[in-house]
Amino acid sequence: MSKIIASAAIRGAHQKVKEAQEMLDKALEQFGPKQEVEFPNTGYYLPIIYGITGIAIKTLGDMQPVLDEAEKLLPPIPKEKTWLPYLANALDAGMATLFAEEIMEAIKYIMGPNPVQGIWLGAAEDMTLRERGIEFVDGSAPGFAAVIGATPTNDMAVKIARELQQKSIYVFMSGNTNGKAFAEQLAEEGVDLGWETRLIPFGKEIGATVYSAGFAIRVALTFGGVKPGDYRRILLHNKNRIFAFVLALGEVDDEKYANAAGAINFGFPTIADTDIPAILPRGVCTYEHVVPSIKREEIVSKGIEVRGLKITITEVPVPIPYGPAFEGERVRKEDMHAEFGGTKSKCLEFLYTKDLTEVEDGKIELIGPDVDTIEPGAAMPLAIIVEVAGRDMQPDFEPILERQIHHFTNYGHGLLHIGQRDIAWIRISKDAYKSGFKIKDIGKIIHAKMHSDFGAILDKVQVKLYTDEKKVEELLKLAKPVYKIRDDRIGALTDESVDTFYSCTLCQSFAPNHVCIISPERPGLCGAYNWLDGKASFQINPTGPNQPVKKGELLDNHLGMWKGVNDFVYKTSHQTLSTFSAYSMIQDPMTSCGCFETIVAVLPMTGGVMVVPREHPDMTPCGMKFSTLAGSVGGGVQTPGFIGVSKFFLTSKKFIKADGGFKRLVWMPKMMKEEIKEALQRRSEEIGTPDFIDKIATEEDAVTEEEVLEFIQKVGHPVLEMESMF
Amino acid sequence: MTDELLNKTVDPAAKEMLKYAYDNNISTMFSRVEEMKRCPIGAEGRCCKNCSMGPCRFTGKDYDKKVGICGATLSTVAARNLGRAIAGGASAHSDHGRDLALTLKAVAKGEAPGYEIKDEQKLYNIAEIMGVETNGRDLKDIALDVANRALEDFGRQEGIIYYVSRAPKRRQEIWKKSGIEPRGVDREVVEMMHRTHIGVDQDAENILRHVLRTSLSDGWGGSMLATDISDILFGTPKAVSSTMNLGVLKEDEVNLVIHGHEPTLSEMIATVADDPELIDYAKSKGAKGINLTGICCTAIEVLMRQGVPVVGNFLQQELAILTGAVDAMVVDIQCIIQALGKLVETNHTELITTSPKAKIPGATHIPFDEHNAPEIAKQIIMKAIDNFPNRNGTRIPKINSPIVAGFSHEYINYMLGGKYRASFRPLNDAIVDGRIQGVVGVVGCNNPRVTHDKSHNYLVKELISRDYLVAQTGCGAIACSKYGLLTPEAMEHAGEGLRSICEALGIPPVLHLGSCVDNSRVLTILTQVVHEGGLGDDISDLPAAGIAPEWMSEKALSIGTYFVASGLYVLFGVGSPVGGSSEVTKIISNGWEKLIGGKLEFEPDMDKILEKTIDHIQKKRKALGIHEKKERVLFDMEARRALEIE
Repeated sequence: MSKIIASAAIRGAHQKVKEAQEMLDKALEQFGPKQEVEFPNTGYYLPIIYGITGIAIKTLGDMQPVLDEAEKLLPPIPKEKTWLPYLANALDAGMATLFAEEIMEAIKYIMGPNPVQGIWLGAAEDMTLRERGIEFVDGSAPGFAAVIGATPTNDMAVKIARELQQKSIYVFMSGNTNGKAFAEQLAEEGVDLGWETRLIPFGKEIGATVYSAGFAIRVALTFGGVKPGDYRRILLHNKNRIFAFVLALGEVDDEKYANAAGAINFGFPTIADTDIPAILPRGVCTYEHVVPSIKREEIVSKGIEVRGLKITITEVPVPIPYGPAFEGERVRKEDMHAEFGGTKSKCLEFLYTKDLTEVEDGKIELIGPDVDTIEPGAAMPLAIIVEVAGRDMQPDFEPILERQIHHFTNYGHGLLHIGQRDIAWIRISKDAYKSGFKIKDIGKIIHAKMHSDFGAILDKVQVKLYTDEKKVEELLKLAKPVYKIRDDRIGALTDESVDTFYSCTLCQSFAPNHVCIISPERPGLCGAYNWLDGKASFQINPTGPNQPVKKGELLDNHLGMWKGVNDFVYKTSHQTLSTFSAYSMIQDPMTSCGCFETIVAVLPMTGGVMVVPREHPDMTPCGMKFSTLAGSVGGGVQTPGFIGVSKFFLTSKKFIKADGGFKRLVWMPKMMKEEIKEALQRRSEEIGTPDFIDKIATEEDAVTEEEVLEFIQKVGHPVLEMESMF
Repeated sequence: MTDELLNKTVDPAAKEMLKYAYDNNISTMFSRVEEMKRCPIGAEGRCCKNCSMGPCRFTGKDYDKKVGICGATLSTVAARNLGRAIAGGASAHSDHGRDLALTLKAVAKGEAPGYEIKDEQKLYNIAEIMGVETNGRDLKDIALDVANRALEDFGRQEGIIYYVSRAPKRRQEIWKKSGIEPRGVDREVVEMMHRTHIGVDQDAENILRHVLRTSLSDGWGGSMLATDISDILFGTPKAVSSTMNLGVLKEDEVNLVIHGHEPTLSEMIATVADDPELIDYAKSKGAKGINLTGICCTAIEVLMRQGVPVVGNFLQQELAILTGAVDAMVVDIQCIIQALGKLVETNHTELITTSPKAKIPGATHIPFDEHNAPEIAKQIIMKAIDNFPNRNGTRIPKINSPIVAGFSHEYINYMLGGKYRASFRPLNDAIVDGRIQGVVGVVGCNNPRVTHDKSHNYLVKELISRDYLVAQTGCGAIACSKYGLLTPEAMEHAGEGLRSICEALGIPPVLHLGSCVDNSRVLTILTQVVHEGGLGDDISDLPAAGIAPEWMSEKALSIGTYFVASGLYVLFGVGSPVGGSSEVTKIISNGWEKLIGGKLEFEPDMDKILEKTIDHIQKKRKALGIHEKKERVLFDMEARRALEIE
């Protein structure tokens, strides 16, 4: 009966709030109220508390009022007879528990034991949040399973984890059962843990569950444009967007119940493998709230059903587990059975269009020896030739589809794929080989996934796999000129050479008024969608988030403003934006959802701009870290002086063209400079200042605006000659 | 003879007192009902005494073809009679509401010592509905504006009352289209009296249309204002447990029984009764303390907000006095029977009337004035204490039942999702899923013409066993509380679906919404159900109905009619006050259903009431397409994007 759950959750909450108070008292005594507290490299303070109450906890002293609030939320334990309604009380108690636990976790960062140790990761950094959060926005991650406790055997744990991975569901792990944690079980079995494999060990104690809930809240704040303190929207955002659920493995004690009650506030139900009471009616969650006694073999599918999640997985007929969660896995040299490409052999992939009559769908050929002919650990040459046909296929789509081979191959558990075209590098692990994986299976993967993802433009796919060295060399010679032609074709595409741009409103589910306008020279701000992608995506799904936008009458060449674009933006931003300029960050700049790869911000003293990518956690010369900047730039509002853009756009000819362009760049982190060095160099030469790249300061030269000014004066940065931006 | 008398109630506590009354030859409503036969002509609305050419009675063969001296047809006469009764009921609630508005005004002006604004949030909510600016304003200024706007609505001559805007959009359109938008509260009542004067409105359909309008001025006007302002001043109820029935009276404490309908004095008495000085004074008189209890809706007001135990319902007011343990019965307005004045002569009980509007021969009158409330409350309590030593033998039935009450609209919203996820979604989902088949209000009075409490209990038990969630108010709620139906444990009587909801939430299968004036809560609750979505876009779409199985007062008629005017199917037990006219019977049933989506019927047979209620609700479920189990919808990303986040 639910009363048992409510009573347990309320007892657990009382316990947790008491513990938190004791811990806070101790910390205050040791460090004083001015001691700063934070989850390192995050900009959301203690995110559950920040999101729900709007209170930004910066110091130990800030914690007491929140704990007082938690105390106020604590209801009495339901009476034995003539009890008062308890569900609402239990939910409040659950929230009080999360507040208390979050406070305790934050104190641990200063007082120890450090939440980050061994396999345990503690709070996700903002960089991770942004990188991963977008998957929750675009649907590539349907949600997460918060796994609490442990299974009786390690095998079972691995099985559950693999099943979740195959369904692309993130696995957030916290808590333990009798001293054993699910994540530890996976680690013991040699399973790769971490954000790359979607298996995230947050912490061994149940209190670490706040990192899961906190992540969910940060997704709502970052991508949903919800304001801190607007608890209702944040929680409903989670209910209707983040399809997460709790898997309670092993005994459920008071404190676990209290956390489960906290999760229900988010619309996250609990599915347990033990005989605990049930809460079946729906309402706070989409369907049931607590479902007990589920066999461990069925617990993943039950979780998905209870959460109301529809996951369509392409059946890929290969003998290894398959899913996006395996993309981040590495295959180390010592675990490798065979490799193709890299330094030891040639490997290339090439996709091209043939006539419908010339392609036999599903035909996979291996020309040359298979992996069972080699010594374990050896290298082989490989050419993957994909021949496609379809009534709606266009040559423009060839490189897009070809690029997918990288992802498709990587999704296989025990496969590693790096690079593309003639620099592709593939590994097959010993385990995969043992499971029966052969070279032809790469073809099967490509065939299945091409159909499932691009069925709207493709009718037939056949794959030829060559492992004969001579043949591979020959094919290489044929492919190389075509790669070049394709590059030139893309390079020739300019904003002027087309009459149609594409929109991207994929993020409107999170930032309702934001619309990206993607032109050939300006990809989407997330870096994931360029103009050709938009074109292909529209072809695949004509009512989808990428719609053609007729440029229409040119209103202002300088700013990049067209009547057709303005009209479209006005309509799709729900009448919040009436004018839009593609080439300015000062006048009617493009809005941002929250997915931007980088943020460009004006440094007024220098007359230039700085750029910071989401990977950079430290302070920037504009006085804000990336996460703080992101908070003011995102959410679908125009913020003159700030824009979110893709890395690619930085070296585009159209980059803030109206405001002076590329020459305005005065600061970027070193890491980024390295990453896009080639493009920077090319663009520097184009503007006739081949050493421009050295005139851009990095954090090694300057971390404040004054220092940037000093630096650019020292190096004679061209911006000093330019007119003011405003 | 005793058996016959005792069979007039199903309440064992009441039976004990009736036995005592019988043995001591004391008359009560239970015995007088036998002595006073109903006038069969008046009972069915077949008598017109609106002028002194009459009274004209429609009797004999072909009585329905007759006309009065003025030519009035039976349908005109029956409609007029119903209209005047409803004007009476509406005026009772509304006058009650007006007094609360005046109290709020006095509080706002700092002229009502001892009172305060207890629920600021509710004041803000109401201010917003009334268009009162709240930003940066002093609480008292806001309260003053709210009080003035409320008073404006009573005396409004033009336009429509504020709360019409709270109804679902489609409901508002229906009212507008059928010309029954309520204007000023007083205006509708006055117009009702005017129209039914000799020689004015003589078209039954037209008279009955104004009946709808008058009732709306009560439900969405006077009553709703009474509820809201009571919440502002005394706190919005939240779940509270207490006890019910005569057994709540105490042998060793001063028993002060409050009775009537207004919370203003009773709240003050409840506050002052905790005064240690007074408790000491009670002790000096040999009592262990002061036991505040109540009867009828005044009691319910303080039950809902402070958990004060309730002695019983309307038919138990005499029985309470017969226990010999009531040291003072303090009454305000409505449903306080004159017989009490005589009855207190048989023992020591002090009957104290407090409203200038309601005096009773035989009672002590201590006029209540909100400008001096604590003093008056103290004076009243002192009188009760002083009377304690005068007891002359007590006989308190050792019978009472636990109860959980306090289900205001706001609390229901909270209980369904807690502080952070409060909403009606779980309730709507439960209805859509069929765990709850529908919601039925079983409300209204007691009437000695039918067995005390029996119909209420029968219907409620039958309904919950079939997965209908029941909401109760007033004497109906007391009737079922006495048998434990308003406890969470009563879920054992509920069907499987309803039980699963009771278990999940920890609620009783029968929710106590408050006093009879608080039937207005039903209106706002149903409106929120509509707004929450998934169950149509008007109250008339909802799988819901109302029943007043043991009704007797004009207020009950007004309540039932404003439910109908709001789109509900309402069934009354006992008998029909318009039964003499088949035309009027038709107009208020099928005629009104066509006009405004709700219908009013009178049906003395409880099984037929049950059947009709269920049929109606099932018909509504079918229309909504929720009569069959549906496949679970699973959401892919596309579908998730389509989900709204408010």
